[in-house]
Amino acid sequence: MFSSAFWMLITGDPALYRIISLSLYVSLTATLIAALAGLPLGALLALKEFPGRNAVIVIVNALMGMPPVVVGLAVFLLLSRSGPLGSFGILFTPRAMIIAQAILITPIIAALARQTIADLWVQYRDELAAMNVGTAGSVATLLWDGRFSLLTALLAGFGRASAEVGAVIIVGGNIDGFTRTMTTAIALETSKGDLPLAIGLGAVLLLIVIAINALAWFVRRTGERLAGAT
Amino acid sequence: MFKLNHAIAMGLIVLGAAAGQSVLAQDKSIVLASTTSTQDSGLFGHILPLFKAKTGIEVRVISQGTGQALDTGRRGDADVVFVHAKSQEEKFVADGFGVKRSPVMYNDFVLIGPKGDPAKVNGTKDIAAALVKIKNAGAAFISRGDKSGTHSAELNLWKVAGVDIAADKGPWYRDIGQGMGAALNAASASNAYVLADRGTWLSFKNRGELLISVEGDKRLFNQYGVMLVNPAKHAHVKRELGQAFIEWLVSPEGQKAISDYKINGEQLFFPNATVPGA
Repeated sequence: MFSSAFWMLITGDPALYRIISLSLYVSLTATLIAALAGLPLGALLALKEFPGRNAVIVIVNALMGMPPVVVGLAVFLLLSRSGPLGSFGILFTPRAMIIAQAILITPIIAALARQTIADLWVQYRDELAAMNVGTAGSVATLLWDGRFSLLTALLAGFGRASAEVGAVIIVGGNIDGFTRTMTTAIALETSKGDLPLAIGLGAVLLLIVIAINALAWFVRRTGERLAGAT
Repeated sequence: MFKLNHAIAMGLIVLGAAAGQSVLAQDKSIVLASTTSTQDSGLFGHILPLFKAKTGIEVRVISQGTGQALDTGRRGDADVVFVHAKSQEEKFVADGFGVKRSPVMYNDFVLIGPKGDPAKVNGTKDIAAALVKIKNAGAAFISRGDKSGTHSAELNLWKVAGVDIAADKGPWYRDIGQGMGAALNAASASNAYVLADRGTWLSFKNRGELLISVEGDKRLFNQYGVMLVNPAKHAHVKRELGQAFIEWLVSPEGQKAISDYKINGEQLFFPNATVPGA
């Protein structure tokens, strides 16, 4: 019974593959969007002095612990037909799930990026000041030189996105063949009392997450070697 | 080295677009807010492919408790609502959120209990008497507590039994605030009594020591109704597609599809769209 999920994986069960590809599509896209927002935000927080900066840092750090179900509910209320963004009609679609996950993990990526870049900034500060590249130039240089360490921040964000169920089940609706992901499928099978299939799906999810982390590790190692191991 | 970064970003986008295409290509679809009992019992898995083969319309099911499903319709987030709590459905229509309620089918509730039977009710036929015995014995009882159709049926049965559950509940009465499957899992784990719809019970796999304790009482009857969300309230509602689904459900063909659905040879839902007042 436990092996049924693996059997579906090996025999190429189309429903399972649709679930896996939707999970990856949603979580990877959310990670990409969160990176575009979170990395520059983290860098700015690391090197810009402005009033209230410490308060912003504390808030971003605190938002790392935001419960997915709260994010899901907030996005649900925004996207519902009766909500302010209801006219777009994207509730209960993969897009709504991407939005919710991107909001959930942007603080994680921003907070971890800020820490990484703050450490780099200590080493680079005088040099960048002497080169007079401006804030944008400094941010770009720091993000680029810290890229391999920042990969960890992206992986942390992706891990959180692919593991959460609270947000996607509210804004996606767990629709069979349309918005069902690995985690919502696990929740459904649990509620149907099919615990072996649920735990099997959990193990498949874990395998996929390990594979992605291995790939990222390989990219990082190869990249570091090519870049002259900085 | 910027190339590497670009390659990763491009890879993500291409992967995303490829996975997204299949998702965005479908347009002839409706959103149906329905209950966990119709989904978890496998009924939709049987009838929706038949409907799609005939009409090409894809029905996207959000399965929730009846209260939440009606709320989804009230907010305009679904085109059609298919639930089981007649008085709540009639209020939904009376308030102008639904166009018209059509009866579709019924199934029945069963009282599920542990083999050990601490309240001594197994095999009896009178649900009201059984609930009184459970209360008097202080035997563990799981309540859905989620404003679902099954939850409101349970509260109604306590009333019928003459028990004021809000005042009389003790630690034996566990209100878990979750769906039918979660309630059955909780009952299985703690050897408690629980009210369940027969369909979810028959397809439920993690039974442990549980079995059907009380069944066959007329008061355990469970009627399902379907309603189109009112396009006058929510202009985006897909009136034609939603109406096509409702008409198919109550047509001889849809009714036959419902009665054809069986688990282990046992019929789960009994179509009664033509019965007046159902």
